Amino acid sequence: MTKLNASIPQGPLAEKWTYYKSHQKLVNPANKRRLDVIVVGTGLAGASAAASLGEMGFNVLNFCIQDSPRRAHSIAAQGGINAAKNYQNDGDSVYRLFYDTIKGGDYRAREANVYRLAEVSNSIIDQCVAQGVPFAREYGGLLDNRSFGGAQVSRTFYAKGQTGQQLLLGAYSALSRQVHKGSVKLYTRYEMMDLVLVKDEKGVERARGIIARNLVTGKLERFSAHAVVIGTGGYGNAFFLSTNAMNSNGSAAMQCYRKGALFANPAFAQIHPTCIPVHGDFQSKLTLMSESLRNDGRIWVPKKIEDAKALQEGKLKPTQIKEEDRDYYLERRYPAFGNLVPRDVASRAAKERTDAGFGVNNTGLAVFLDFSSAIERLGKDVVAARYGNLFQMYEKITADNPYETPMMIYPAIHYTMGGIWVDYELMTTIPGCFAIGEANFSDHGANRLGASALMQGLADGYFVLPYTIQNYLSDQIQVPRFSVDLPEFEKTEREVEDKIAQLMSIKGSRSVDSFHKALGHIMWDYVGMARTKESLETALTKIKALKAEFWKEVFIPGQSNTLNVELEKALRLADFFDIGYLMALDGLNRNESCGGHFREEYQTPEGEALRDDEHYAYASCWKFSGEDKEPELIKESLEYEFVVRQQRNYKA
Amino acid sequence: MEKTINITVKVWRQKGPKAQGNFEEYKLNNITGDTSFLEMLDILNEQLVREHKEPVAFDNDCREGICGMCSLYVNGHPHGPDSLITTCQLHMRTFNDGETITIEPWRSAGFPVIRDLMVDRNAFDKIIQAGGYVSVNTGGIPDANAIPISKIDADEAMDSASCIGCGACVAACKNGSAMLFVSAKVSQLALLPQGRIEAKARAKSMVAKMDELGFGNCTNTRACELECPKGVSISNIARLNREFLKAKFSD
Repeated sequence: MTKLNASIPQGPLAEKWTYYKSHQKLVNPANKRRLDVIVVGTGLAGASAAASLGEMGFNVLNFCIQDSPRRAHSIAAQGGINAAKNYQNDGDSVYRLFYDTIKGGDYRAREANVYRLAEVSNSIIDQCVAQGVPFAREYGGLLDNRSFGGAQVSRTFYAKGQTGQQLLLGAYSALSRQVHKGSVKLYTRYEMMDLVLVKDEKGVERARGIIARNLVTGKLERFSAHAVVIGTGGYGNAFFLSTNAMNSNGSAAMQCYRKGALFANPAFAQIHPTCIPVHGDFQSKLTLMSESLRNDGRIWVPKKIEDAKALQEGKLKPTQIKEEDRDYYLERRYPAFGNLVPRDVASRAAKERTDAGFGVNNTGLAVFLDFSSAIERLGKDVVAARYGNLFQMYEKITADNPYETPMMIYPAIHYTMGGIWVDYELMTTIPGCFAIGEANFSDHGANRLGASALMQGLADGYFVLPYTIQNYLSDQIQVPRFSVDLPEFEKTEREVEDKIAQLMSIKGSRSVDSFHKALGHIMWDYVGMARTKESLETALTKIKALKAEFWKEVFIPGQSNTLNVELEKALRLADFFDIGYLMALDGLNRNESCGGHFREEYQTPEGEALRDDEHYAYASCWKFSGEDKEPELIKESLEYEFVVRQQRNYKA
Repeated sequence: MEKTINITVKVWRQKGPKAQGNFEEYKLNNITGDTSFLEMLDILNEQLVREHKEPVAFDNDCREGICGMCSLYVNGHPHGPDSLITTCQLHMRTFNDGETITIEPWRSAGFPVIRDLMVDRNAFDKIIQAGGYVSVNTGGIPDANAIPISKIDADEAMDSASCIGCGACVAACKNGSAMLFVSAKVSQLALLPQGRIEAKARAKSMVAKMDELGFGNCTNTRACELECPKGVSISNIARLNREFLKAKFSD
């Protein structure tokens, strides 16, 4: 059995990272020039890593599927980025950010990683300001903060409702500077198809390159390097309808998984409470409304079931329901945190109310997010200054004006905490293969707090990987550049070619999207916000059957040796079946409720998640054991040395 | 039942950059007003795939108006007839029953067509690579609050920085000028003390790259500002001209 070693440095929590940095091996500047690093993905993690590695002198090859690095889906993050600056003098500290993140993650994250994350958070803000990121400021000229779910301090830095965009453009500009200098070579409209492993003289298989498909010409190309970094984001699109971009996918992660990397905690997926509700079969995505709206917006449904019925039938307007007939259920259930409870708690509370029949739109699957008291208290101008662009976006999509009538929102799949297993150095179980940002599993446990994804992506890319990768590469300075004519490259390319040929030859009767939507329904209905043993078993059977049907019935028009969007989608979907399967399998194994994973069998009498620390205080890491074979479960025990596990309480 | 419309779409089809393109017409029935414009194209593509025909290629990704990937010229307007939105945020309730909708790619020398409605916007990356950044390495940075910046400047920089790099400004311009795109980046960084230090060199190198890549000149018709999905103002162009002239005079 594989034994996992997370390689956590010795010493007290607050000194581990400092200890690591002073003892790790370095690569001298002359040797850096001789080492190639492939970075796949150009989001916050990928772009910041590629830029930083380029600055340090490594020769970097950076890939993205879009037409420009700036399109990566980090761009869509709205609300903000956390840091422990304590600029507001409200009692924040590195320890408190660490503690909130561990608690928010329902005690299923690694202490040492999370502490390091909190520790480097402050440098991220400094870095971004130096790049010209226009964060919001106070009249005195200093940086402004807002509060976010799961915290009682204001530690979130923001740039209007476009924080992800501004941070990504900052990383993109740093990356562009390195492209100009020649230290980074950019490959846009290229998609990774497989990881190439090459045995060294001692027989150790190391990540030495990738096979990528040029999406414009359709040609497969080979790229070699001394190390491969995966920064390709999460796998939420297994649900088809999600807040992810249309092209976001989990394929690079699955390629690593099939080559021996472990997939950790696949069941930990975050359902975001504030998204625009589903409205029809043709719908292609769900739009997120930033969590920051919960700072001033109040969430409610009617108290009386007859009012809910009338709303559903369109016979009553929300503004006609009197104040005393409204149930502000988050404020009622969680007086201490109110509307700012963490995302998993808010999502489940919405489900609880709509399941009971109190939903407010024509499908009964929506709750109100109301700004009338904020407008009364602050005035329309202040509300517009804070949320104007979000209100505009909402109105363009729904044709409702949130200044006059409450928004309607409902939970949707948003972020995946699970991902490729990595050790403290962000290296997978494949030597030389690293995973950063949302693609790895390391920092958020079972639930991610708002404004922490941007923090983790940039922490990994700017301040963690550039150190830890050197510890690996310092052993590789004697290794000359690789030829892509090695038999390992040849063989991997042929396997990809065969897979593509097989897909093209099916010539069935159904479109890729029709299968993807069917998978999405299975995921939402059986692996969604509330899971049971039965629902997860049903999901496993249904996903298997759908996957088999896909490989018999899908139709992909056109040719493979040219631009072919349907083929791109089919290749990604082929992996989503396996991801969906892993998610259900992991959920079935985990007989407890924690964070984003809620098993109906395991709840307190008040309906809160009931963790089982005695049996499940581990990261579940799945090892590939062959196509369509059950994967092996390997446990990384999460020993808490510094924090005492408690039931999460947002009530008092 | 929600109101639905029947429409005809006239779509530009083109095999490759050098191939001759042409319009093809397709009929779509029972489209609801809540359908987004790109979802309407999804429906069309589903229909085409079912008939074993090649679907229409178009760029899209986030579908929430921020990635800048979608790039359709709808009824003679970049991102369609509605204002301050991208194509993915355009909804079918904007159109009437029986209407014929014309869909074209961005048309500009700077953006060659790849296939159908998909164009190559690499030129924008090249312009940024020429100088659209502050030359700082990772690490060793003073505290973020070390240099106070007036809220007015920070807000104005943010307005300039809201550009999503979609290229609607170039597509809207009769000269195919990229001045709004370039000026937005030059302005954002010139307004902040961090970017001020390299302001002159930046203005010169970005403008030189823009000229080299075949984008046209600005003749102040303001079409770019009108069509910009993020409302980026042409006052940015005035600032770019000022920065550029200052840089030239000090040479």
